[in-house]
Amino acid sequence: MLTMIGKRLMFAIPSLIGVVIVTFLLTRALPGDPAAYFAGPAATKEAVEQIRKKLGLDKPLIEQFFRYTNDLAHGDFGNSLTTGQPVATEIRNRLPASAELTLLGLIVSIVIAIPLGVLAATRPGSWIDHLCRITTTAGVSLPVFFTGLMLVYLFYFQLGWSPAPLGRLDVFYSAPPTVTGFYLIDTLIARDFEAFRSALSQLILPATTLAIFSLAPIARMTRASMLAVLASEFVRTARASGLSPTTVIVTYAFRNAMLPVITTLSMVFSFLLGANVLVEKVFAWPGIGSYAVEALISSDFAPVQGFVLTMAVMYVLLNLVIDILYGVIDPRVRLEG
Amino acid sequence: MKRRDFLKSVSGLAAGAALPAAPQIISSAYADARSETLLIVSEGGPNNLDIHGVGTNVPGYEVSWNCYDRLISHEMKSGSGGVPYYDRDKFKGELAEEFKIDDMSVTFKLRKNAKFHDGAPVTAKDVKWSLDRAVSVGGFPTFQMSAGSLTKPEQFVVIDDYTVRVDFLKKDRLTVPDLAVIVPCIVNSELVKKNASEKDPWGLEFTKQQTAGSGAYKVTKWTAGTEVIMERNDDWVCGPLPKIKRVIWRMVPQAGNRRALLERGDADISYELPNKDFQEMKANGKLNVVSLPFSNGIQYIGMNVTKPPFDNPKVRQAVAYALPYQKIMDAVMFGLANPMFGAPKDKPTEVAWPQPHKYNTDIEKAKALMAEAGVAGGFETTISFDLNFAGVNEPLCVLVQESLAQIGIKTTINKVPGANWRTELNKKEMPLFTNVFSGWLDYPEYFFYWCYHGNNSVFNTMSYKSAEMDKLIDGARTAAAAGDTATYEADVKGFVDLAFTDIPRIPLYQPFVNVAMQKNISGYQYWFHRRLDYRAMAKG
Repeated sequence: MLTMIGKRLMFAIPSLIGVVIVTFLLTRALPGDPAAYFAGPAATKEAVEQIRKKLGLDKPLIEQFFRYTNDLAHGDFGNSLTTGQPVATEIRNRLPASAELTLLGLIVSIVIAIPLGVLAATRPGSWIDHLCRITTTAGVSLPVFFTGLMLVYLFYFQLGWSPAPLGRLDVFYSAPPTVTGFYLIDTLIARDFEAFRSALSQLILPATTLAIFSLAPIARMTRASMLAVLASEFVRTARASGLSPTTVIVTYAFRNAMLPVITTLSMVFSFLLGANVLVEKVFAWPGIGSYAVEALISSDFAPVQGFVLTMAVMYVLLNLVIDILYGVIDPRVRLEG
Repeated sequence: MKRRDFLKSVSGLAAGAALPAAPQIISSAYADARSETLLIVSEGGPNNLDIHGVGTNVPGYEVSWNCYDRLISHEMKSGSGGVPYYDRDKFKGELAEEFKIDDMSVTFKLRKNAKFHDGAPVTAKDVKWSLDRAVSVGGFPTFQMSAGSLTKPEQFVVIDDYTVRVDFLKKDRLTVPDLAVIVPCIVNSELVKKNASEKDPWGLEFTKQQTAGSGAYKVTKWTAGTEVIMERNDDWVCGPLPKIKRVIWRMVPQAGNRRALLERGDADISYELPNKDFQEMKANGKLNVVSLPFSNGIQYIGMNVTKPPFDNPKVRQAVAYALPYQKIMDAVMFGLANPMFGAPKDKPTEVAWPQPHKYNTDIEKAKALMAEAGVAGGFETTISFDLNFAGVNEPLCVLVQESLAQIGIKTTINKVPGANWRTELNKKEMPLFTNVFSGWLDYPEYFFYWCYHGNNSVFNTMSYKSAEMDKLIDGARTAAAAGDTATYEADVKGFVDLAFTDIPRIPLYQPFVNVAMQKNISGYQYWFHRRLDYRAMAKG
């Protein structure tokens, strides 16, 4: 097991080096001049040059690159110009916000999608199969910002059930002391139940928005892979041996159908984490997606590089976890490993 | 999982979703906090708490304005609709108890009881250090200081602990007003010096993260891109103690949500909403919407006069007769702007800026002018705009495109990303574009100096050069400094007339700054920087 993890991590190194080089070059290739942008609306040419010098952008590209990699080696991701903060701190502060939202959205989505997919596969053509088809098609067809805005309009503006879409906590609560960065957990550790309630109620709408969107791939994949497994010979044998339907479906079929679902889950998770920008925008969520996009709009190099690098590391780790999970679910993978 | 279990889990989820449906139990402490707190929602937040910092953005100016004091500030006068409006010509002491303007210098006597947030007294050496810093750090602050001929540290002289003299480099009417803008704020020099380093002698890294001033508010928490929390400085002596104890400023990127927050009564005040929203909120009357014109600001269509066919004044005039002014006012601005076109033929030019020109939409006349210029068949060109302000710029450019097509000018719309816009302006290659310029200092010659003078600043986006224009602008500046009113007025009228006949840029309208607030919020004041001054505001 440990050798496998070690091997996998070794393989990740070249891809990380590649990511560092490519993001560096790509951000430099962006149109727009950060010096001119940050010199402000009333800047003279000299003022722009002064800023360029301060940012080190007057140096040759290769020197900029070595300086950047040197800083990286020391754990310094550079400073964001738009927010004025060190990128490493910002990502550390913002990643939990995105992760908490994404995880909750994903859990809600799994809780609905997997049973829905399984039920649809066991009763093809029934009403539940049609329900599965309709919800997944609708979920994937509605753009997240639309779903988000609709939910805000309905549950906040019209009905007044949901709290104001103002980020992770009500304005008048203060954030719990950081332990995990997940407010739901941190408020419980701090025994601040009012804040927990507030954090939870702030999370419901954005998490639902994400769940509606991610329902489709999970439910469809569960259904398809369950159908394939249910049609296979060992299930027929199990049925013929007179095992109860629950045993057949849960123990035999479901476990075998899990592999592609797990792969889909990992993809959906990483996709949601990076791409829930729109949800973050709609709900004023202080996550990393909106951070990266804002940086991109203002050609703010450091956060973009930091974001891409963090995402690359996350992907590597996620893939590792998935590989380990494969081994747990399917002994054959373990043997080959 | 059986169907029954599945249904159970679904209904459980539904119950979970209904959890916040219960009305919020509002404790009395919560209500108190609410009544003394001002909750502001806006699209963007500060990137730096110090206006002297590298690339501090406009929201950062608001923090500086409220958390730092300046030597002097402006008096208020009653503006349109009874809204207090800063008085361009009247100054009052802020940190200065009194000040005396002499021929070639101005002397400030500081308040003896003023203290920085950390309790240190505000003294003359802090003033000198802060002004030295403003003229030395480079970038925008230094540039703004130079606009008032404040460029050298030697100009700031400490007389005694509580007296400072600012020497004039030359006679310039803008020197004293320039000491009342946001940039010359007074910084706690001892505190900042302690946190400065060899690489950063002015301590910019330190003041970026925290306020080190003597102002009426201090930042107690700042999460970049999310929120700024400011608490009142109860020891503030430079004016009456503000009524608002705490300001919470949250960034809400979605304009629709900002409006929803206002209409539900959850937020107290917001700006940066689409014009349509402001117009609708004005009409339904649930909120107070204040709309006041940008001082010294104009949205215009510019033409690059170095490139044919716009090098021909006849073509430029033809364009000026072909623009759909009224349509832009109605369909883009929803009436929230002052028209800068269609003045009566016989109206004499005023000694004022902005003022409307005499062009109007007249396609026949435009066609005739095109023929006179020898381009009756029309031509092709591109019209560019800044995507950061797409809400206004995009429909505006579409209307212009439609209208110009009628006189044979085929335009392609070029959308320039915000980060790139300034670069493009600097290159001065765009043939046709729309943009806004607005000057902090509200003087015609200031506007013209940046926008029409042959020294070709960034804002002379048309690359317009005319010896006659330069003579008039320079003449007005000298006359203003010398107090020669007759020459000044003649020169101002002269350059306004020339700008309208040569028409390198066509003014469309003077935009409004719109602020929407709850009915129980009072004390909004219009400032040249167009940001909020919390010190005068009250709730309830």
